[in-house]
Amino acid sequence: MDLKTKALTKSLWVFHMSTASCNNCDIEILDCLTPRHDVERFGIVLVGSIRHADVILATGIVNRNCRDIVKKMYEQAPKPCFVVAVGTCAAGRGIFHNSYIVNEAEPLDKIIPVHAYIPGCPPKPEAIIDGIVKLIDKVNKK
Amino acid sequence: MKIIEPLLQFVVFPGFLFTAVAGLIFSWIDRKVTARVQYRIGPPWYQPFMDILKLLGKETMIPAGASKRVFLTAPLIGLAGVTIVSTLLCLADFDPNLGFVGDLIVVFYMLTLPALAIILGGFSSANPLASLGSSREMKLVLSYELPFILALLVPIIKSGGLLTIGGILNYQIAHGAIFASASGFIAVVVAMLCIQAKLGLVPFDISEAETEIVGGSFIEYSGPPLAIFKLTKAMLLFTLPLFVVVVFMGGITLQAKEVAWGILKLIALLVVIVLIRNTNPRLRIDQALRFFWGPVTILAILGVVLALFGH
Repeated sequence: MDLKTKALTKSLWVFHMSTASCNNCDIEILDCLTPRHDVERFGIVLVGSIRHADVILATGIVNRNCRDIVKKMYEQAPKPCFVVAVGTCAAGRGIFHNSYIVNEAEPLDKIIPVHAYIPGCPPKPEAIIDGIVKLIDKVNKK
Repeated sequence: MKIIEPLLQFVVFPGFLFTAVAGLIFSWIDRKVTARVQYRIGPPWYQPFMDILKLLGKETMIPAGASKRVFLTAPLIGLAGVTIVSTLLCLADFDPNLGFVGDLIVVFYMLTLPALAIILGGFSSANPLASLGSSREMKLVLSYELPFILALLVPIIKSGGLLTIGGILNYQIAHGAIFASASGFIAVVVAMLCIQAKLGLVPFDISEAETEIVGGSFIEYSGPPLAIFKLTKAMLLFTLPLFVVVVFMGGITLQAKEVAWGILKLIALLVVIVLIRNTNPRLRIDQALRFFWGPVTILAILGVVLALFGH
């Protein structure tokens, strides 16, 4: 493990990308930053600009309107940048599986590369932290 | 040999490297105290170093339509400014007789360079939010420079019109710290408020304003240029309290006991800054302007008048 990867995994700046979600996952993501869970212990900070992001937390089903925006967002993030699908909707569409608002052929992981999936409706903050830990392990092994 | 020595002073000690390390440790103290105020645990001590290292390893993206040259040189201007300030301050502090006439004015001007770099970087990045941040930063600079220069007049008047950092230090060694007098105390209060604005911390983080204009001038910066901006901010977090300690609080002399006392003074000032930051809401730009040109300037003028009458 070189210094660059170590520095990257020790200071993940998270960008919050809501792609037509019901906001439940977004609220659970914010829970991770509260004093109870305090992810800043591990250097994880929420950033406002996609240019500062190391991890994109994608929540929600990607509907037809969002598709191009999601792609553009990923292209604007400086690499190396990881994508985490938070919640059942982002990971596998959930109850919206056969809905008319989504393009059946293109789930999130067909539009942009997804590095980790966190199921749950919404996932608990513990589950989100666990997902990020698994992502870090994956990056370290690479 | 004559060239190498100043070069080493600028690059290693007490210039760039020393200030960078000290500044990053100070920015850790800032984050840790903030976390403790919010009943959190906070990041480990090496966190700011990891952030900078990580940003250095990331891709640099230049937005379409940005003026590339200004966009990339702006962070370097700010870094150069803060490096010169810290070098001059530390050298004058170690040996008060080293400085040259007017180095106080040089330091004062160099302290505005980081703000200038933020303005340039924001305007050159072709982003409406960044332009908004830059125009706010410009108004903020206009508002805090007047009371800051008035506060600086107090030690100059007290020391009998000396314009050197070393002279003011020598005066304080002979007569006690300027901070102890009535006018000096007012000047320190005014200077601390201006420093809060210079650092761009709450309540004066109007130009950055994460929650409304998502990072302001820094919105388009990524990778190494962003790392340089973050480093500049961290170095300012060390340099500005050092400036207050040197000019108003008797500086840090090179004896074991005095060094420990000096570092304690620096950290106390930093903690005051962090506590102000954590207990205040963000002001609007017009409120900040009214605040600095109204009560703060009147307070500063009061300090100058008291100093002229020898209090």
